[in-house]
Parts: sequence; structure tokens; C-alpha cells
Amino acid sequence: MSDQQPVLELVDLSVAYQTSSGLVNAVNDVNLTIFREEIVGLVGESGSGKSTMAYAIMRLLKGDAFITKGTIRVMGQDVYAMSVKELRQFRWDQMAMVFQSAMSALNPVMTVETQILDTILAHRKEWSRDKALARACELLDLVRIDRKALKSYPHELSGGMRQRVVIAIAITLNPGFVIMDEPTTALDVVVQRSILDQIREIQRQEKFAVLFISHDFSLVAEMASKVAIMYAGRLVEMTDSTTLSLGQTHHPYTEGLLRAIPHLTADKIIIEGIPGTPPNLVNLPTGCAFHPRCPKVIPICKTERPLTSTYENGMVECHLFSRDKEAQPIGN
Amino acid sequence: MSTDGKPVVNSVRRARRRRSHGNGALHAFFQNGKAIVGFSIFSVFVLVGVFAWLLAPYDPASTNFPPSLGPSWAHWLGTTNTGQDIFSQFIWGTQTSLIVGVGAAVVSTLIGFIVGVYGGYKGGIADSILNAFSNIFLVMPGLALLILIESYVKNTTPIVNGLIIALTGWAWGARVFRSVAMSLASRDFIVAARLSGAGTLRIMFAEILPNMTSQIAGNLIYSCLGAIMAEAGLAYLGFENIASNSWGTILFWAQNGGAMLNGAWWWFVPPGMAIALVGTSLALMNFGIDQITNPRLRVQKSQVRGVRKTDTVQAGGTRDV
Amino acid sequence: MRYFLNRLGFLLLSIWAALTLNFVLPRLMPGNPAEIMLGKFQGRMPPQALKAFEIQFGFSNKPMIIQYFQYLGSMLTGHWGLSYTYYPTSVQTIISNSLPWTLGLLGIIWLLSVTVGTFTGIFIAWKRGGVLDSIAPIITMFFQAIPQFWLALVLLYVFGFTLNWFPMAHSYGDNVTVGWNFAFISSVIYYATLPAVVIFLGSVSGWIIGMRNNMMMTLGEDYVVFAEAKGVSTRRLIFSYAARNALLPQITSIAIALSTIIGGQILIEQVFSYQGIGFQLTNAVSGEDYPLIQGMFLIIAVTTLLINFVVDMVYGRLDPRIRRRGATS
Repeated sequence: MSDQQPVLELVDLSVAYQTSSGLVNAVNDVNLTIFREEIVGLVGESGSGKSTMAYAIMRLLKGDAFITKGTIRVMGQDVYAMSVKELRQFRWDQMAMVFQSAMSALNPVMTVETQILDTILAHRKEWSRDKALARACELLDLVRIDRKALKSYPHELSGGMRQRVVIAIAITLNPGFVIMDEPTTALDVVVQRSILDQIREIQRQEKFAVLFISHDFSLVAEMASKVAIMYAGRLVEMTDSTTLSLGQTHHPYTEGLLRAIPHLTADKIIIEGIPGTPPNLVNLPTGCAFHPRCPKVIPICKTERPLTSTYENGMVECHLFSRDKEAQPIGN
Repeated sequence: MSTDGKPVVNSVRRARRRRSHGNGALHAFFQNGKAIVGFSIFSVFVLVGVFAWLLAPYDPASTNFPPSLGPSWAHWLGTTNTGQDIFSQFIWGTQTSLIVGVGAAVVSTLIGFIVGVYGGYKGGIADSILNAFSNIFLVMPGLALLILIESYVKNTTPIVNGLIIALTGWAWGARVFRSVAMSLASRDFIVAARLSGAGTLRIMFAEILPNMTSQIAGNLIYSCLGAIMAEAGLAYLGFENIASNSWGTILFWAQNGGAMLNGAWWWFVPPGMAIALVGTSLALMNFGIDQITNPRLRVQKSQVRGVRKTDTVQAGGTRDV
Repeated sequence: MRYFLNRLGFLLLSIWAALTLNFVLPRLMPGNPAEIMLGKFQGRMPPQALKAFEIQFGFSNKPMIIQYFQYLGSMLTGHWGLSYTYYPTSVQTIISNSLPWTLGLLGIIWLLSVTVGTFTGIFIAWKRGGVLDSIAPIITMFFQAIPQFWLALVLLYVFGFTLNWFPMAHSYGDNVTVGWNFAFISSVIYYATLPAVVIFLGSVSGWIIGMRNNMMMTLGEDYVVFAEAKGVSTRRLIFSYAARNALLPQITSIAIALSTIIGGQILIEQVFSYQGIGFQLTNAVSGEDYPLIQGMFLIIAVTTLLINFVVDMVYGRLDPRIRRRGATS
């Protein structure tokens, strides 16, 4: 990889919700490492636990959600070992997040300027207002919005501009790691394209690592160097995006996603070749959670959960791989 | 939206699903502890009202008893300064107050529904006029307007008062119904119904009405409470036929019969308590309905059906998991 | 600007509606009861005043439309007629004597109740799940279900009659001289205490629960979570991000609650024989003093509508979306 210093390390991370029907696991035993300046994609259907994971990393889980197991380290620091005060300084300084919906991530009654300055002055108390304002202008230049937008209220901006403002706020303090949670979902295709190009450009320029979350497989494959696939709260496969193609052997779910690319829609993925719906996390199928929809299901899938097989370029969690281990390129 | 078969099929399915929401809401209502308590209290009052002729020990108008008695076994709430049995008046007053409350609620909700839904569904100039009209009624000081009307219509019976209350108090409902109707007007199943030739009235009552049952129920409850209070207020001020029997007239007579100066708290406390109890029962039921209409208020441990739901509830947003 | 004009237009429209209502009602009623009054007036009134009375209540052979414009003209030029009960005092004089009492009592207590309620609501939502959070809805429900005037009766009975802590009626003692002196002002405050407590108790819990619910919703909004993530201080998060947005629906409900509040005030003034507008209105009805009834209704309506207008303006200041775009309703 590009650099051996990890910006994000997830070790056996599990997140659960307390509900009236008991604990429900939304994220299960996730192991994931992201190195400096790397873009890693995270793909999964709605409800697969992607956003929960993102909120867990940011330590923004609320109410009934909490971490049951594992550690989260960002820039080598355990996010959950910090005091609230330390966290407030660390977050956004080192790690930031672009929220799913730019429409609702901006305060409707405050100008863009105030919202950017709030971010700067919360972390750089010694900065003068002018200096902060200069930084705000610089940021708008970076995301290519007219500086006049500083005086605007969010409702006066288009969807694309709002999303750019949110991105600008995320990179205000030059964080080393940015989570982008479906950053372009609500936008039309043309705007989506230009924002994605810009994200890549800014990412190269500012050199931060990205966890790019999306349900849009084609988009992730294009943006990211590594792709992690999530199903029912588990990472079922992790692979280089270069080796990602129907020609290679993958987890049956990944293959389904690959086949489904042309049919992806914003609100629900219609997966050709994968019948059925995503499972309800309250009562997951036994064994491998994917088995009721898997075209290659074998008897053991219904009873036992597959183990993780790691190999050179990634990992996969499927009985097919443990069975024909000899047929696979195995790492260690 | 096109006239080919597909959206129609979709819309029919959606319409069905939306309708079943009504039954689901009813179910959810009776799942709610507060709503059940409210419903039970209200039912007790309804029973008292219905069986007033059985429960009242004496004729409420009869002046055959010694005046200004305190509570006793013969007269549970004592007697008035003119020798009437207060408990009998109270029982009959229950009937009157409930009839006025429920009647006014039904009439005002109906007016509000017609004005609001017609405007919201039709849009355009009709909507502008109806909306301005309801906004004017909304901001007019209600009780002052009632008093003004009462000054011309003298010695009204409680029923007439209820009617006047309904005629002046429909605006809030109209506003709520209008906004729901506006959002429904462009829905597939409404469009489909229109394309298939259904008239406006039919669409309003057969298509739109079943989709706003919880708003209608909420409005009925709210108006009922408002009407009972308004009627009691009017009667207390003496703007109701003073020979009638309602909780408000008891308060009027208590005020004028010197209950306060004689320390006869048993005369004026029970009617107010009864209004408060009915009001609380209505508010409790409304609470149950609110929880159905506005799931965001449902904090924690209520009926959570899955993780997505939980996430939505605790974060209040619509992010996915 | 557009928003301002829109609201101003609505203000004028609704004032016109109130005026028209006053004109139409006496003419609509079978056997116009104001006629009784005319009989009482005859011989006691100078012909000029009698004529004004006729214009106001429609004893005239002129076409309706002429009557209407004559009526509007005399209302707009401040010729609201003479009171029968307090003859020959003009309706305006009675209004200017009683309006300050109502506005003073209601205005101060109401602002206090909104402020206290709003901050308590913010506090409860912030400390969500606390003891207050679980009891507040029940207390609110109780106070919203109790008729305010009955609460007034009970408090009057307990603190006025039984304990004798507060006076039973009126707005100041007989032994003080009216004016800016300590004895008068303290007497006014002393007499206003019980009505003030009733108004406050009757309304504050509603504001608390309203603000709490709004806060709960805004605290869950993405922009609040986003602001929390970007490190904004808790104080700023609660007040500038959450509360400012939560306040908007709260302000809308002020406008809606206004009519109820004024209604409550009329009844409370009656209970305490407090010489405000509501008390005068009720007495005018009992005395069949129609010029006074109309005048009182008009002033109550106009005041309500003006307050509403001010609330709309405040709303416009707080919500940039409305300020720049203009309103829809």
C-alpha cells in the first residue's frame, strides 16, 4: 500500500441497538484498515449497517446504539478512550465526515459563512476572524463556489452547491481522514459526476484518506482503490478494485452486485440474479446471513457461519472459499 | 403519470395499503396505555350521560329541598340556595356537556373537512379564497366572537350554543386537513381516481378521507375539548338559558348564589373537576393519536419493529443503518 | 418586503372582516335586539347621537350599501358611539380606561410565561429522560384540561376567601390614589397576583411541552449532529443550532394560541371582577349596551390581529427562508 501508517483501524468492531426485542447487532466483527491517502469504498444495501459503522467511527452514535465489542483507532488513537473534551478537539481536526444528506446537514437559519466560521473558531480559538474568513474563502475556491455564497442561507443554494459547502466544512481543518456517507445520493447524475471528480481532485491535493460509503457499486468501484462489501452488518468481502470483475471469483453477493450494476437505482437496489430482500437484522437467517438468497448455497451455509479467508489482496467470508481453499490464492 | 395500466395498479395497491393504515392506527391506539386510560375515563362519563335519568336521584329543577345544605347522604353535593339538588344537576349536566362537546366536534370537523379538503384538493382560486377565509376565522378571538353573537341571540339552549361554537371553531381543522389534502392531491391513487372519472365529492370522501383518519380523530378530540370548555365558559358568564342543565350553568348559579362567600366549595368544585377529567381523558386519547401521527415523539422503548426503526427513532432523522 | 406586505394585507383584510361582522350581525338577527335599546335611549339622547346609533345598528331606510359605507366611515373616524350603561361616556373613553389593565396584566404575564416555558422546554429536552421530562407532559395535560376560569374560582376560594391572603375582586384598593405612587403600584401588583398566577399556570406548561417536543425533533436533525461533530460548543449547539430552529414552530403556535388566551382572559377578568376589556364586554352584554359590545369586540379583535401581525414579523426576522422569499399563506 501507499504508506504503512494506518489512519483508521477497526478491530472486531460490533455495534448493537437496544430495542424492545433485545439487542440487535447492526455491525458485526468488522476488521478494516485504511492507510494514508487511500480511498476505500464501502458498499451495501440500505440497512446493511454502513451508516451505523460511520457514526460509530465518529463516536456519534446516539440513544440506543452502542459498541459491544472491538476498538476503533483513528491516527493511532483510540476514539473511545478520549475524554469528551479531547474528542471535541480531535474530531474534525483529524477525522471529519460528509453527511448523507447535504439538504439537512446545514442549519437553515444560519449563513454559510457562520457555519464555516463556527467550525474554524471551535478548533482554532487563537485565530482572528479575518484569518478564519480568509480560510473560508479559500475553501469555497477549493470546492469551486463563488465567494458570494458565504452570505447565503442554505435554502438559497442548489443541491449541488449545498453538498459542496458540506464538503468544504468537512475539510476545513485539513483532516487526515474523511468519511463520505453517500455524498452524492440526493443529486442528479450530472451534478453527481462533477462533485465526484472534484472530491478526487481535492483528495489528491489535500492528501486525506477517505472511507467512501455508497450503495452504488459502480461509483465505488470507480472512486476507490479498495472495496469492502457489507451484508447484514458483516464485511463479506474486501478486494482491490482493480481485481473486481466478473471474470474473477468473488463472494456470490459481490457477483450479484456486479451483475446488477446497470439496474441500480437510488432508493432500492434491484439485484438481478439475487432474488429476495435484505434480511431483517432482528432475526437474521442462521449460518451465513446471505444463504436464503444465494444462488450457490450448499448445506453447510444454513447451519454454520463461514470463517474469514484472507488472501493477498483482501478477504472473503464464504463457505465456498473455505471448501476449495486449494483453488484460491491464499495469503497467510 | 400516465393512463396506462401500470400506475393504476400501483396506485390501487398503495391506496389499499394507506387504508389499512386506518385499522393499524386503531390497533396502535389501543396499544397505548395513556390512550386506554383516556378512553376508559371518557366512557365512564358517556355512560353517566346516557343513563342520567337512572342515576340522578331527583328532578334537577325541583326546588323542594331545604336551601344551602352541605353534602349529606340525601344530597351528595348538597343543595343550592334555592333548594335544588346539586348532584342531580351535575348528572344531567354531564349529559348536556357531552352532547354539546361531541356534537360541536362533529359539526366543526365536518365543516373544517369540507373547507380544508376542498381547497387543498382543488387548489387555485377556490383554495386561495377558502384559505384566507379560514385564516381569518383562525385569528379571530373565539370567545369574544361567541359573546358578540350571544348578545344578539338571547337565552340560547346548550344545543344552539354548541352549534354556534362549531360554526366559529372549524378553522384549525380546516388548516390541518388542507395541508394533508394538498400532499395527497398529487398521489397516484388520487390521480388514478380522477382519471377514472370520479367526482370531486367522491374523491374527497372515498379517497382522501380514509387517508386522514388520524388527523380527523385528533381534530374531533381537540374540538370536543374546546367546545366543552367554550360552552362552560359561556354558561358561566350567563349567556345560556339559565334554566338549562349544564356544568357551566351550575358554575353560573354557584357564582350568583354566593357559593364562594358561603364556603360551599361542593357547589362549584365538582363541575370544574368533571370538565378537567373529561379534558384529561380527551388529552390522553389525543396523546395516543399523536404517537401514531408523529412517530418522532415516540421516544425509546415504544413499539420498535426493527433496527431501521430504532435508528430513525433515536436519531430522529431518516438516515439508513 | 414581500412577506411584510403579505402579512400587512392579511392584517387589513381581517380587520375589515371584524368590522363587517359587527355590521352584519345586528342586521342578520330576527327582531334586532338592539331595537329594545333604542327605546331606552329615546328622549335621553341628543338627536345627533341617536342618528349615529341608527347608522351603527341599521334602523334606517337607506339602502344597505350606503348604510355599510356610513358605518365603515364612522368606525374609521373613531365615532364608535356612546355607551348606554355609562351614558354619556363614549365607547372610546371606556376602552382607553380598560384596555391598559388587560394589556398590562395579560401582556406581562404572557411574555413571562412564553419565556419561562421556552427556556424550561430547552432545558428538559437537553437533559432528556430526566425526572422533569417524565412528569412535564402529565402536568401539562392536567393544566390544559382544567378550565382556566374554574382554576381562578378555586384559587380565589382558597387564597382569597379561606386564607384571606389576597383580595377577592377589583384591580386596586379603594384607599389608594391613582397615579405613579408606591402605594398605588404595590396595590395594583397585590391585586393582580392571583389573576397573574392563573394566567401563568394555565399557559406555561403548554409552552414547556411545545418547546420540548420541538427541541427533541431538532436535536435529531442532521444539521445538529453535523454541528456537534464539527466541534461547536454545547452552548452554541443548543441555542444557535437547535433552539433557534425549534423556536420557529413555537412562534407559529403563539399566533394560534392567542385566541384561546384572550378568551381565557375574558373569563378570568369576570371571576376577579378585574376592570379590563373582557369584564366590560361581559357587563355590556348583560346590560344590553350594544354600542359598548360592538366597541369591545372590535378592540379585542383588532388587538388580537395586531399582536398576530407582530408575531408574524418576529417570525420573519428569525426565519431567513420566509424573510427573503415571501410567505405562501
